[in-house]
Amino acid sequence: MADAIIQMKDVNKWYGKFHVLRNINLDVARGERIVICGPSGSGKSTLIRCINRLEEHQSGKLIVEGTELTNDVRHVETIRRDVGMVFQHFNLFPHLTVLENLTLGPMWVLKVPRAEAEERAMKYLDRVRIPDQAAKFPGQLSGGQQQRVAIARSLCMDPKIMLFDEPTSALDPEMVKEVLDVMVGLAKESGMTMLCVTHEMGFARKVADRVIFMDRGEIIEQNTPDAFFDSPQNDRTKLFLSQILH
Amino acid sequence: MSTVKTPSVALNDDAPAVRSSIWGWMKSQLFSTPLNCLLTILSAWLLLATVPAIVEWAFIKANISANTAQECRGTGGACWAFIYEKHRLILFGLYPYDEQWRPLIATCILLGVIVLSGVRRFWNPSLVLIWTLALVAVAILMWGGVFGLKFVENSLWGGLPLTLILSTFGIAFAFPFGVLLALGRRSKMPAIKSICVVYIELIRGVPLISLLFMSAVMLPLFLPEGMSIDKLLRAQIAIIMFAAAYIAETIRGGLQAIPKGQFEGAESLGLNYWQMMRLIVLPQALKIVIPPLVGIFIAMFKDTSLVVVIGIFDLTQAAKAALTDQSWRGFSSELYIFIALIYFVFCYSMSKYSQSLEKRLSTGYKR
Repeated sequence: MADAIIQMKDVNKWYGKFHVLRNINLDVARGERIVICGPSGSGKSTLIRCINRLEEHQSGKLIVEGTELTNDVRHVETIRRDVGMVFQHFNLFPHLTVLENLTLGPMWVLKVPRAEAEERAMKYLDRVRIPDQAAKFPGQLSGGQQQRVAIARSLCMDPKIMLFDEPTSALDPEMVKEVLDVMVGLAKESGMTMLCVTHEMGFARKVADRVIFMDRGEIIEQNTPDAFFDSPQNDRTKLFLSQILH
Repeated sequence: MSTVKTPSVALNDDAPAVRSSIWGWMKSQLFSTPLNCLLTILSAWLLLATVPAIVEWAFIKANISANTAQECRGTGGACWAFIYEKHRLILFGLYPYDEQWRPLIATCILLGVIVLSGVRRFWNPSLVLIWTLALVAVAILMWGGVFGLKFVENSLWGGLPLTLILSTFGIAFAFPFGVLLALGRRSKMPAIKSICVVYIELIRGVPLISLLFMSAVMLPLFLPEGMSIDKLLRAQIAIIMFAAAYIAETIRGGLQAIPKGQFEGAESLGLNYWQMMRLIVLPQALKIVIPPLVGIFIAMFKDTSLVVVIGIFDLTQAAKAALTDQSWRGFSSELYIFIALIYFVFCYSMSKYSQSLEKRLSTGYKR
C-alpha cells in the first residue's frame, strides 16, 4: 500500500515458547478504521500493543508513520507521541484529577504551556461530554466516565493513530453505549486512523472500513464489515461468529 | 434503656441511639461477658495500683524549686529541680556555656523549617531555597568563625541540636538515596540491579552499631594518608547508608503495589522513564508506604543515640553527663523520664503527621 501509516511485515512474537504472533502482514492506510476480533488468547491485543511498543516483536518489520520500531529508545518515544492508546482498564492516574490526567502528556511530552494544555483538555472533555468532571479524581467517576476520560487523555496528545484495546469489556452493560457513542463520533468526525480490538459487532458494522479476524496468532480473514459478518469464508471465523452472535 | 448485649456497638448515622446512659454503656462495653468483667476488673486494679503512685511521685510530692540536692531528697518525690539545674547541659552538651544561645536558635530554625515543610501550601520550589538558607544559617550558628562569632569545633556540639542535625540530614539524604536504590533494584539493567541488591543486602545484614564502628575505625584506613573525614560526618554517613537500605526495601514494596497498567498508561502517553517514575509511579508508591516509611524515620531518630559508641555527644549522652555531677547524684529516673519525653514528643509528632498526611492525600480511589 502506498500511503500506509502502519506497515507490518512478517511480524513474529513469542512469549517464552508460546508463539503469540505468527507472520503478521498488515498494512493500515491513513485514516483507515480497523476492528480486530478473535477468541481470547488469539494475539489481537498483543498485535496492537506492538504498534506502540508496549510489547516488542522479535522478528519481522514494523514501521509506524515512517519510523521503524527497533530497540532505539528515541524511535519508541517518537512513535508513542503519534500513537494514542485506550486500555481495557482505563489506566487513569488515580492520584491526579481528571484535568491533571489530561494535561500531563501535553505538558511534559509536547512541552505545551499549562494554560494551553488546560484549554485543550477542556475541549476534549467537552467532546467526550463530561466537562463538569474536570476537578474530580478518577476514583469518583463511573466506569463509563473513566473510559471517556481515558479517550480524552489520548486525544489531548493529538495522535495520528488511536489504539483501542477492548475499551468496553470492563464496563457495566449500561455504560457500554456511552463509550461506543464517543468512539463512533470520533471515527466519523476526526478522520483519525483507528485500530480497535473489540467484540462490539454493532460498532464494527457502523464505523469499520475493515474487520480482521485473528486466531492462534494468525490473521485468518479480513474483509469489509458487511461481507465479513454476512458471508464469512473460513470455518474458524464462522465458528467464532456463531459463538458471539447468539 | 438499651439491652444491647453485643460486645461492640456499631455507631453509624442511621443506627438508633444506643448510649442511653453511662450505666448502659458500661454494661455493654465493660461487663458484657464474664471474660469482659474479669478484664475490666483486672485493668481497674492495675490502674489503681500504679497511677496514684506515679502522680504522687511526679507531681504532688515533686520538688521543682530546690537549690541543692539535699533539699530535693527530703520531699520523697521527683526532683525536677535537678532537670532545671542541668537542662542546659542536657540540651546542649559541651557547647561553650556562654554561646549556647547559638545552638538554641539553630534548633529553632531547624524545627521551623521542618514544620514548614510539613505544610502542603509550601510544597513548591521555594522550599529548596528556604532549606538552603536555613542550613547555611544553622551551619554559621553552630560553627561560627564568621560575623564575630567564636569558632566552635564540632566535637563540642552535643545534645538536642546534634540529635536533630543527625536525624534531619539522615532523613534528607537517606530518602532520595533509598528511592534510587529501590528503582535500581527493579531496574532491567543487570549491572545496576546487582549493585543495588548487593548494597541493600550487605547493609541490612549488619547492625548500625558495627557500621558506626567501621566508619570510625576502618574508613580512615581506606583514605589516602593525610586525608581525614570528620568524626561527626563519618557517623552521619553511616546513618545515611544504613537507613537508605531500609528505605529502599520499603519503597520497593510500594513500587510493587503499582499495577502494570499505570506504567503502560504513562508509557503510552510518551513519558520517558524518569517522568513516568516521578509523575506517576513514585507519588502513588510513596503514598502507599507512608506508614512504614515514617516508622523508619522514627527508628532513625531514635537510632541516632547510638553515635555515643564512637564518642559523639548526642542528647542521651549529654544527659548521662549530667548524672556525673557529684553534688546532684541519684536523680537518674527524673533525667531518663525527661529524655524519654523529648524523644516521645518528636516521635509522636511524626506519627501524627503521617496520619494526617495519609488522610490528606487520599483521593478516594479504591482498587
